[in-house]
Amino acid sequence: MACIDARGLRKAYGKTVALEGVNLTVEQGRIVGLIGPNGAGKSTALQAILGLIPHEGELTVLGRNPWTAREALMTDVCFIADVAVMPRWMRVWQALDYMDGVHPRFDRAKAEGFLAKTNIKRMSKVRELSKGMTAQLHLALVMAVDAKLLVLDEPTLGLDILYRKQFYDSLLNDYFDGDRTILVSTHQVDEIEHILTDVVFLDEGHVVLDVSMETYEGRFAELLAAPDQAATARSLGPIHERQLFGRSILIFDGVDRERLAPLGEVRTPGLADVFVAKMTATFPGRERAA
Amino acid sequence: MNGERKIRPFYWSVRRELWEHPAVCFAPAAAAAVGLLGFLVSTLWLARSVAGASPRHDGLMMPYVFTAFAVMMIGFLVSIFYCLSALNNERRDRSIQFWKSLPVSDLTTVLAKAAIPMAVLPVVVMTVILGAQLVMLVLSSLVVLVNGVDPGRLWARVDLRLMWTVLPYGLLINALWLSPVFAWFLLISSWAKRMPFVWALAPWLGLALFERLAFNSTHVIQYMGERLMGGFGEAFSVRGEGKAAIDKFSDIDPVHTFSSPHLWGGLAVAGLLLAVIVRLRRSRDPI
Repeated sequence: MACIDARGLRKAYGKTVALEGVNLTVEQGRIVGLIGPNGAGKSTALQAILGLIPHEGELTVLGRNPWTAREALMTDVCFIADVAVMPRWMRVWQALDYMDGVHPRFDRAKAEGFLAKTNIKRMSKVRELSKGMTAQLHLALVMAVDAKLLVLDEPTLGLDILYRKQFYDSLLNDYFDGDRTILVSTHQVDEIEHILTDVVFLDEGHVVLDVSMETYEGRFAELLAAPDQAATARSLGPIHERQLFGRSILIFDGVDRERLAPLGEVRTPGLADVFVAKMTATFPGRERAA
Repeated sequence: MNGERKIRPFYWSVRRELWEHPAVCFAPAAAAAVGLLGFLVSTLWLARSVAGASPRHDGLMMPYVFTAFAVMMIGFLVSIFYCLSALNNERRDRSIQFWKSLPVSDLTTVLAKAAIPMAVLPVVVMTVILGAQLVMLVLSSLVVLVNGVDPGRLWARVDLRLMWTVLPYGLLINALWLSPVFAWFLLISSWAKRMPFVWALAPWLGLALFERLAFNSTHVIQYMGERLMGGFGEAFSVRGEGKAAIDKFSDIDPVHTFSSPHLWGGLAVAGLLLAVIVRLRRSRDPI
């Protein structure tokens, strides 16, 4: 059974359509990056998956309908929206007590172990913690839950680079064990690129790319074209071209690397570059903004 | 982690409310503390009035009655302001997303929030009054004793048995009577984006104004007064008529009180409103 299965998932707020017929399957044990520009529908998709908003179309998460079975689902699902949602009046010990009292899969000793590695004091209120420490606290709580699915919606927004790196490092080292599934949405594509097993691009409520990272590496190629080969390269149908120090950098989707090799240096493009390529390919007007 | 750990979402949801709103316990206690302080000063003259002649209304009961009344009024005010912020704050600071990420249903959360004014505060008020009055009694007995007067003369005139019976009974009735008011304020708190206090009162005041101008009558405003403050009359007066205060055990008339259609009607409305609140909390976005 897939961890998340969406068929024709649709969500409209009045006349604004946030999601339009999204099909998405996330298997257990994957780390999926949900990537898209502002207003692409990422948060809406995550909220529907978490049972926070009603939706149209079929959606099952761990075999349940999230809208009608939210509290049952939340036994197996953890969620970090962003650093601002921890209640500011709460003290650290209260958060531990509360989680311990309501969550059947919460392991208090584990959470205290994570907290011991930080500078967070038991008596501190959330409002007294820095943004980075609040994120550490929330992560410690979430990592102490033996959940099947972890959903992260811009979890590191507004954090400095040290905390951001640490956040994903502890997630990978102390939490991910190959059985759990992680679904993460963020703008900071390059930071999560190396931890993903799958990537989904969302734009204007549509899925524009849904591939595993193995497929991604075989499928996309970036060519730093030799000056005299640029025209030949262009004839192979790149999905994007940009100039760097007078040389053309072209991104290809599904063109054999054997054919590109003679034309210059070939490597696997970064997610951010493919993202820009994909977004400007669908909506050329965005070129400058992107 | 271990098999014996109990999962008690409702209990912890109530605890959570008390963490966020410490005033639920502290405000009634503070009112009692002020009463105690005043009483402490008054003990300077206490021995003389106890030793003196014993007119029926010599004011020895007065501090006990006033303190009880003050604690109850503060409890009522705290209830109203608690209700107005209970479902509004979590949307305003977006912490509702944190709460909803945990396996606690909207029903449990809403019931826990409703339990604060309807169950927790009456118990807090009762406990605080009881505690304060006990301290007063012990303190005044000591003062009287030190001044060489028999404390039995004090106890004969400060008889708290009736008050300690009427209070829990009255607080229960009052909580039931006010339940639709609390539920209404909770509803506004879960619905309004801002200024829940204004939204909670404006429709009623508007209706009252309209009625007064259109029909030159005052039913709405009378009903509001009865619902808001009538609970005390219902609870602490003979036959709930608000005329004579209960001053003997035979005045307590639970059969009459619990057969009042107003009480049951109010409870039904409260239940209905709570059901609407559960739906609202499920679907409302953070502000």
